[in-house]
Amino acid sequence: MKYQTISEIHKAFQEGNETPLTLTQSYLEKIKASNHNAYITVCEDRALKQAETLSHELKEKYKGHVPLKEFPLFGIPMGQKDVFTIEGVRTTCASRMLENYLPPYTSTVVKRLENAGAITLGKLNMDEFAMGSSSENSAYGPVLHPTHLDRVPGGSSGGSGTAVAADLCFAATGTDTGGSIRLPASFCGVVGFKPTYGRVSRYGLIAFASSLDQAGPLTHSVEDSARILDVIAGEDEMDCTSSNLEKPNWWAELQQRKAESNLKGFRVGVPEEYFVDGIDSEVRSAIEKSIESFRNQGAVVVPVSLPHTKYAVSTYYLVAVSEASSNLSRFDGIKFGVRPESASNAKTPQEYYKKVRTLFGEEVKRRIVLGTFALSTGYYDAYYQKACQARRLMRQDFENAFQQVDVIVSPVSPTTAFKLGEKSKNPLQMYLTDIFTIPASLAGLPSMSVPVGNDSGGLSIGLHIIGNRFNESAVFRAGFWAEKLRGSV
Amino acid sequence: MNHDFEAVIGLEVHVQLATRSKIFSSAKARLESGESVANEVPNINTTPIDAGHPGTLPVLNRKAMEYAIKTGLATQCKVNLTNQFARKHYFYPDLPKGYQISQFTQPICEHGFIDIETSEGSSKRIGITRIHMEEDAGKSTHHQGHTLVNLNRAGIPLVEVVSEPDMRSPQEAVAYLRKLYSIVTFIGVCDGNMQEGNFRCDANVSIRKKGDMKLGTRTEIKNVNSFRFVEKAIDYEIQRQIQTVLSGGSIVQETRLYDSDKNQTIAMRTKEEADDYRYFPDPDLPPLIIEPALVQSLANELPELPSVKKIRFEKEFGLNAEDAGLLTSSRKLCDFFEESVGKLTELNVSAQNGAKTIANLINGEWNRLLAETNIKIEESKIRPIHFAGIAQFVLGQTISATAAKQVVAKIFAEGADDSFNALEKVIESLGLKQVNDAAALEAAIAKVLEANPKQVGEYLSGKEKVIGFLVGQAMKAMGGRANPALLQQLMQEKLKLIKPN
Repeated sequence: MKYQTISEIHKAFQEGNETPLTLTQSYLEKIKASNHNAYITVCEDRALKQAETLSHELKEKYKGHVPLKEFPLFGIPMGQKDVFTIEGVRTTCASRMLENYLPPYTSTVVKRLENAGAITLGKLNMDEFAMGSSSENSAYGPVLHPTHLDRVPGGSSGGSGTAVAADLCFAATGTDTGGSIRLPASFCGVVGFKPTYGRVSRYGLIAFASSLDQAGPLTHSVEDSARILDVIAGEDEMDCTSSNLEKPNWWAELQQRKAESNLKGFRVGVPEEYFVDGIDSEVRSAIEKSIESFRNQGAVVVPVSLPHTKYAVSTYYLVAVSEASSNLSRFDGIKFGVRPESASNAKTPQEYYKKVRTLFGEEVKRRIVLGTFALSTGYYDAYYQKACQARRLMRQDFENAFQQVDVIVSPVSPTTAFKLGEKSKNPLQMYLTDIFTIPASLAGLPSMSVPVGNDSGGLSIGLHIIGNRFNESAVFRAGFWAEKLRGSV
Repeated sequence: MNHDFEAVIGLEVHVQLATRSKIFSSAKARLESGESVANEVPNINTTPIDAGHPGTLPVLNRKAMEYAIKTGLATQCKVNLTNQFARKHYFYPDLPKGYQISQFTQPICEHGFIDIETSEGSSKRIGITRIHMEEDAGKSTHHQGHTLVNLNRAGIPLVEVVSEPDMRSPQEAVAYLRKLYSIVTFIGVCDGNMQEGNFRCDANVSIRKKGDMKLGTRTEIKNVNSFRFVEKAIDYEIQRQIQTVLSGGSIVQETRLYDSDKNQTIAMRTKEEADDYRYFPDPDLPPLIIEPALVQSLANELPELPSVKKIRFEKEFGLNAEDAGLLTSSRKLCDFFEESVGKLTELNVSAQNGAKTIANLINGEWNRLLAETNIKIEESKIRPIHFAGIAQFVLGQTISATAAKQVVAKIFAEGADDSFNALEKVIESLGLKQVNDAAALEAAIAKVLEANPKQVGEYLSGKEKVIGFLVGQAMKAMGGRANPALLQQLMQEKLKLIKPN
């Protein structure tokens, strides 16, 4: 890989060794040559046009000096998970339902990125409607692992993970509802960041679970993760669940971290409920080594307890599916999306809906049915309501723990990337992949996955770092050090 | 009505709020002309939010919230300072998201009331259970073999006002509706165009044996769009239910529509199962927290409510209850009346005296003309200043009250500028100038008395009523322009002077 960071790319621009156009062209070549199925739609013309404009401006308007202040992502080629709307660009959510969908507006996330100078190479493959942990649930074929083509890249942002890891884009956007950024980041060996719920606008992020979905970056480095988050985070008047809280400049903070020589006084929590049987021994070992490396730098390692952890997966699979069943009600082939010929001939509204909504994939249908059930009269109190109450308890667990620690660490997943088809026959098995990432989602906490080692098969292992609400700074700090200390123990 | 049974009626009214934009998007909620946005080119008045495009999110229009609060304040409700939006799910082509954003367990207002006057003249309190905010759906039109969906209306802000089942007759129901209608138009939260769907009523009707505390099975009559039809529909339904029970049948809980041609309610095709709306709090809309200071300032903004105005009109202007009631039935009418009365002071005429004249002309002739021509109050060529001027002429005896009607009609048809001269010209052109000259009247009277000796004789022999005929003849001879009171007085004097033969 030619460049490790955005800074290196900008340096190459300044030195005249690369232009936005040549860089974009090289990525488009690589995409053409790849068989990872990371992209559903490649925006060749659009990307080249963006790149040409930027190259021209760099030369004529900016005289070779990259205008970093106004355009911090100037000329950086990115992939956008196909869950973000872009006006006029096919957006499918990896579903048959939206096979032909051209959104009439652009999501805030993509708008902010492109306004900052980023170039969109294309729309990245994923689990259908973000429902899955392996990117095998796509109507456009599964995404392959970047290096081990018989394995999954994780999901639901599998296309994002593979594309960054296999250098099919320099950075990517993903979305995380129960682990969908962090898991592919861990499996693919890249950095994945899920911000605090509310940090990043959901306007244009096609909804799976409204109270859980968050957009975030997948990158090669922690500092680039911060750089991208700086661009996309911040209140949006189009999303009233977005927070108006002041945001620091995370990339600037990390530059300062580069100067610090140790982690004295930094408190790292290790939750006893997470370190149970069932974690692959190599994964456990890599995480323990990482924790040890923190300790060697002067950090204090504190055992903490998150007693309600055991309810996390069932709570998530009630809350998320309930919201999903509601959010997906709008897909009826009437205003947008696919309307099969057979539906137009339906004799009753019911018949019509059946013919259209059969376009959903299996997992999506499964979750819609579950969610409809959990919200229905007679079951609402026992399921959805109960899950909301449990969720509050889990949030409380974290709040208590964060009285004593700055971050909490764990594995991202019990295993490294599994084989294609290995878990797809057993939904419950598949759901357990997210067992460590889900609690942070339920509590709306910022968290990230940083690659800290490989197993003996060469598969990447990610360290999961969780921070208190709106404390991305602590998470970035821990991530930065984990990256720096990789291999030191 | 069968005296063994009593009817129990509850009303749910959907009031379209007159905000500029829709409740969750920036699309227009109304046209300046007052026409419904549903009438524009289909689907032109939508944003991606209104059409439920994936990834879109609702953002609350604060004006809609303020109008909802005002509606609650004007109906004595408690405003819930924390309230929550909820999703109400059902599949239908004109419901773009597959759910309607409404409120369920935490509505914005609760526990208010409206006082109505019963037919016996006493006051009755009708409870308001709750008022909640929600978005309007689109409109479907069904044709042979296909249905067309127009989303222009989808997302218009509504408040749903739910009454307690306190009404016991169709008349009480209509009295409540009229009162609610006058309140929401008065405080300016609703345009009040019923033909455009601004104010829509659903009636829940059940019967029970008098004295029974339990409620009977109710039916819902949907979407009756005029007060007259509501009364007829409820009346029919009550009778139907009574007949059903008396003939041994039982009432089925169902939705019915009113057929105004046949004057019947008809059951809609019953669904196999009741809708389960699967309500849950909308995760896209955090709990709405309202500052008490905002509620206070909205309360301060409320204008004088119609019931208060009505009493004031009766006291201050000596209007009777019926006239005062008519004038306060709509904000526009009331504003027009008050503006007219206000102009009286400009003309140095006492408001007390002139108001009654103006009220009569507005409620009588002008109201008739508006209804006949279907012209709206704001489009009327005759304006408050004209009414004030006409009242001035009536009070100054220049024209009779009857003649004034013709003046109103003329200006209504042709308009007139608002000067004294212009009015005079109209009066003259109609030949309505009242004759107040006693000599002229006496001359006419003399002629009439001479020409009608028989009636004079009858009068003198005690048949006093015959004076009416004589006065009428004299008025006719004067071309209708004699000052009626003076004519009457002079006729009586003249008759007194005649010595019986």
